[in-house]
Amino acid sequence: MGTMVSRLWGWIDARMPTLAEQFKIHASEYYAPKNFNFWYFFGSLALLVLGIQIVSGIFLTMNYKPDAALAFGSVEYIMRDVAGGWIIRYIHSTGASAFFVVVYLHMFRGLMYGSHKRPRELVWIFGVLIYLTLMGEAFFGYLLPWGQMSYWGAQVIVNLFGTVPLIGPDLALWIRGDYVVGDATLNRFFALHVIAFPLVLLGLVVAHLLALHDVGSNNPDGVEIKKVKDANGRPLDGIPFHPYYTVKDLMGAVVFLAIFCFVLFFVPEVGGYFLEYNNFIPADSLKTPPHIAPVWYFTPYYSILRAVPPLFDSQFPGVLAMGIAVMILFFLPWLDRSPVKSIRYRGPLFKAPLAIFIVVFFVLGYLGTEPTTVWGQFHDPLNILDTKDVATWVARLCALLYFLFFFLMPWYTGRDKTLPVPERVTS
Amino acid sequence: MSDQEKVDKTRRNLVVATSVVGGAATVGVALPFAASMLPSEKAKAAGAPVEVDLTRIAAGELAVIEWRGKPVWVIHRTKEMLESLKAATPRLVDPESKSSKQPDYAKNDVRSENPEWMVMEGVCTHLGCSPQLRPAEAKAEMGADWVGGFYCPCHGSKFDLAGRVFRGAPAPTNLVVPPYTLSETKLVIGADKEKKGA
Repeated sequence: MGTMVSRLWGWIDARMPTLAEQFKIHASEYYAPKNFNFWYFFGSLALLVLGIQIVSGIFLTMNYKPDAALAFGSVEYIMRDVAGGWIIRYIHSTGASAFFVVVYLHMFRGLMYGSHKRPRELVWIFGVLIYLTLMGEAFFGYLLPWGQMSYWGAQVIVNLFGTVPLIGPDLALWIRGDYVVGDATLNRFFALHVIAFPLVLLGLVVAHLLALHDVGSNNPDGVEIKKVKDANGRPLDGIPFHPYYTVKDLMGAVVFLAIFCFVLFFVPEVGGYFLEYNNFIPADSLKTPPHIAPVWYFTPYYSILRAVPPLFDSQFPGVLAMGIAVMILFFLPWLDRSPVKSIRYRGPLFKAPLAIFIVVFFVLGYLGTEPTTVWGQFHDPLNILDTKDVATWVARLCALLYFLFFFLMPWYTGRDKTLPVPERVTS
Repeated sequence: MSDQEKVDKTRRNLVVATSVVGGAATVGVALPFAASMLPSEKAKAAGAPVEVDLTRIAAGELAVIEWRGKPVWVIHRTKEMLESLKAATPRLVDPESKSSKQPDYAKNDVRSENPEWMVMEGVCTHLGCSPQLRPAEAKAEMGADWVGGFYCPCHGSKFDLAGRVFRGAPAPTNLVVPPYTLSETKLVIGADKEKKGA
């Protein structure tokens, strides 16, 4: 028996790059810096959530009907009549938000430790592409339950494309496949959500990892561990990813899954943040709910969109601002001129803007979930630039700071007082 | 290429020609796929005109009619409502409807053929949400200077009872007035008197 297995193994081995070989390259002989900390959990967690989403998604499609007349009912059917349906659906909806939680933390880790800087620019760019694809994936998926929020959210986002000068209206028509968001739109969003975007996402994840494993991982010190190697050519500050980090990440996965399950079983809607209340009402093309807002992970950008007043009879400037707010991430590796990578060796000229950026991101995120009147209005004489809403003005200020963080980055990172970076990683 | 002695020009030209033809074929094959995402014949045919019985809409009332999947508002405006339009005028972006979409017979102070009957698409010109009626009595919510009109829940745009947008809102233009035909008791949305219909 034993020889049969080893002979079969040998037979396969001679005919393709074997798993054992790949496992060596990407795990047991992939040397990762030994000083990874808490922030390094989120990459592997993102991979875990991707797996969760794919599996739960496959089972949802077995009972879901992508038809405007049947979609809402089929989701309720999954929730009430399909055995285990409710938990699969809540896994998928909680997974969507969890995906953005870990991805935002993963991106912040990169920003903090300079993981976007040379030689990892391409790793970062693939990462931003993953983030964009994920936004598309989430947007398409949100239409599928065919609730009021699904419907009007899709209506607003598709109309964003309609504001593009010249080609806008035709582009929006092409995306919807009808004059309004309707059955044709639902059907194609289903196709994009379950097959097209997941394929792109998987391809990008592979590219992200291949690029990472080619240049090697960054670390909290921002030191290149490949510079100091032992006689066998192994980095002195590196340890094999397997078993050291597989075990560490397993521990992270356990804690993550505990939190995930708590949400799943006790607060699957998270007070309307993960699943909005209006989405439990079937889509009605004649009636917009009194307050609509996107799901929390889009709200910082939504706030920026809402903050920009129309110019030249067009709302395109707001759409453009929102687009730039996301696209600017691609240029981060070249906007950051600091000679050091990690925040540990950077000075106040980086730390202060970063702190402001975090606050601004959260404020924009919060305001995006609320109506513009949430903080009341200025008194009558104060009607600056045509609005009296306090929240709109705060959002405008925050949007400005958001852009300044990026546009002024070459200036302040170039002038920052940095500390000397050690040769080897610390502790 | 520099250390190569000479390039076989025939082969190179064949490679270029093959690439160009292959590229053209790719575009050709992509076309039907892209076209399949446009509105189908069925979707296009669904845009027929809609008839509304006006006797059922009392003075001061708003009826929401579905036309091409969009909400169309029919408002039976009272004298007070028409007065409110004048009060709103100084605070509007485009009181004369210069840059908005409406048929010529609705391009006037009241944006309708017959001032009593206002017909417009209840679709915000910002990003397509459907605004909601806020009568003049809603001053507590809309501010002391509110004269009555519509409020868009998505991004806070405000319109008067002729669908004209107030300044300080994200919506860039007045609400769209669809083509319509008005008689004593009947309204046809989507068809002009002169033309045969949409």
